[in-house]
Amino acid sequence: MCTDCGCDGKTTAAIIDLSDPHGHDHAHPHGHAQSPDDVHAHAHDHDHAPSHGHDHPHPHPATALVEMTARVLAKNDALAQRNRAWFAGREILALNLVSAPGAGKTSLLARTIVELRSELPLFVIEGDQATTNDAERIRAAGAPVIQVNTGTGCHLDAEMVARGLARLRPDPGAAVLIENVGNLVCPALFDLGEQSKVVIFSVTEGEDKPIKYPHMFRAASLVIINKIDLLPHLDFNLASASANLKRVNPRATMLRLSARTGQGMGDWYDWLRRQLAIAREGAFA
Amino acid sequence: MHELALTFSIVKMAEKAAQGKRVVRLTLVIGKLAGVTTEAIRFCFDEVARGTSLEGAVLDIIEPEGRARCSGCGAIFSTSDPFTACTCGSFALAVVQGEELMINSIELREAA
Repeated sequence: MCTDCGCDGKTTAAIIDLSDPHGHDHAHPHGHAQSPDDVHAHAHDHDHAPSHGHDHPHPHPATALVEMTARVLAKNDALAQRNRAWFAGREILALNLVSAPGAGKTSLLARTIVELRSELPLFVIEGDQATTNDAERIRAAGAPVIQVNTGTGCHLDAEMVARGLARLRPDPGAAVLIENVGNLVCPALFDLGEQSKVVIFSVTEGEDKPIKYPHMFRAASLVIINKIDLLPHLDFNLASASANLKRVNPRATMLRLSARTGQGMGDWYDWLRRQLAIAREGAFA
Repeated sequence: MHELALTFSIVKMAEKAAQGKRVVRLTLVIGKLAGVTTEAIRFCFDEVARGTSLEGAVLDIIEPEGRARCSGCGAIFSTSDPFTACTCGSFALAVVQGEELMINSIELREAA
């Protein structure tokens, strides 16, 4: 679906419910971001007659211009708004977690579930190209989870999330953590209906990640710097990372933590609690 | 990013709007800050259009330049980099033009 990843745009995402002994449902084929139903084409007659002012008239095939002014992402955005309304009506906090592969999204979620599950109801949608490995880890940590395998797809879209929600059925007042496909490029363009995007990057990746992938970092409300327990072994400069983030996104909150040791996790939990309070109040705002 | 998926969407939307008529020209608006590589859209288009009512259509892409408004001083200026600093020193820029990703129009061949 994109030239960076080599995915084919005709991908069929598989929604896999680990609690279902019959395994995954066989997804019906769909291309995402299909033509929206609300594209209304107005046929406009051309102003000029087919015959021009030439003194040697020759036949032109007549053509008609149809103005469309249709946003290419309209279908995804409409579905994302439907998801957003669905979440709001149930006072559910939805977060879209994005990172490069290996930054520690799943480890962060697994620890969060273990430490917060008695306090908040947490549900997870796991996006990966293949395998149910991450969903197995989340389930082992103790949260209901749906795996969405995008096949050749490089990102989740709003339609995949809607189908995942239909199986997951999160409780009202819950937090739904959507772990996107590991990719800092493609998911930036696709709204899922989340309240906030959270970008996770790890100290093994380099301080310049925010300026290398500015679209993604600009869309984030929260940026988590993970694996800070490794800092003594690395040349990673936190001040430089922070300055790079400020440059592309002055409004984002930045937290530093280690999902492995638990250092700094309390700040993330406080942020989650505040976001959940916003989701609950926002439904009546 | 995503040019092949976007091209599939574009062709599908245009085909629907064409209602079975032959599309001879497709005009897109893709801003220079949209995060979409127009060369890649062109590369994908002929292949994606094959076998559809857009096969062989001319692809025109209008590429509005990037314009940003500085939240610090209010200046509006052209830019190819929305992550740069304003001359006043502020990085708080809001893009006001250049993020378009739209189908502008299609031109249909009328039945003879």
